[in-house]
Amino acid sequence: MSHNVVPVRVYLIVFLGLIALTITTVLVSKVQLGEYNFIVAMTIAVMKGSLVVWFFMHVNQSTSLTRLFVAAGFFWMAILIVFILSDYLSRGWPGAAPLR
Amino acid sequence: MATDALVRHHFDTAEQQEESSTLGMWVFLLTEIMFFAGMFGGYTVYRNIYPDAFGSTSRYMNVTLGALNTAVLICSSFTMALAVRSAQLGYKRALIIFLVLTLALGCVFLGIKAVEYHEKWVDHHVPGPGFHYDEPRYAQQAQILFFLYFAMTGMHALHMIVGAGLLTTLIVMAARNRFSSAWYTPVDLIGLYWHFVDIVWIFLFPLLYLIGRTR
Repeated sequence: MSHNVVPVRVYLIVFLGLIALTITTVLVSKVQLGEYNFIVAMTIAVMKGSLVVWFFMHVNQSTSLTRLFVAAGFFWMAILIVFILSDYLSRGWPGAAPLR
Repeated sequence: MATDALVRHHFDTAEQQEESSTLGMWVFLLTEIMFFAGMFGGYTVYRNIYPDAFGSTSRYMNVTLGALNTAVLICSSFTMALAVRSAQLGYKRALIIFLVLTLALGCVFLGIKAVEYHEKWVDHHVPGPGFHYDEPRYAQQAQILFFLYFAMTGMHALHMIVGAGLLTTLIVMAARNRFSSAWYTPVDLIGLYWHFVDIVWIFLFPLLYLIGRTR
């Protein structure tokens, strides 16, 4: 089989990392950081998601074709969110059409 | 090669067959990403229009249960990863134990989710005629957030229920000696599905429970 067997130690480290990041995000959410609360929460979520995709879902051992598909999926989602935001965030700008 | 009997005629090697299965599963998961992305997109729009109202709702979310559920789901992803590893090595007993653990943790998640839904019901935070909100100026807009909460966590819970059914199938197949270190593709692919559902929750948790807690 193409997949090498990953040592339990690796999965355990990833698991502990995910738990640590969860605790961090809950604790940080209580701290007053203004706009940065959102940025920190999303950064931690992206880190956790990446750990799961890379190690648990074995993308680190996948073929280039599979990796391309995975990247395309997340890139598509990024396009969706970025274009939605570029629209809605700019609507309040001077000279822009009023919201709704 | 002993695995030749397991290779379908349109594949050259077992490796090629496995890679095709993995790629196919990822294509399915991409459609799932797009499906959930639609809801995340809707959430993005409304949070931008009503940031204060949406922020005010996080006060009524049960962060303890949400965080507990995040931990439960991460544990289940861990046991799923170990189940796939056991299948790779051909350890039948370990495979069944880890699959049962994953299934049990999935059920714990759904149980905690049910407790939360019940809380929302008792607090009149279910959108509809019975909806009541302590801050009247946000009542209409908060209802949108609670609608998104139920739509997103509900679709996620539905995926968990489907996953629980798939895990049950795997356990039965494993008990019937259907898997070996040469062929365990269903374990691998359902593992991918389970981890994907975990990732959806990893994003739902901060968006629905955490953002706005400092307000």
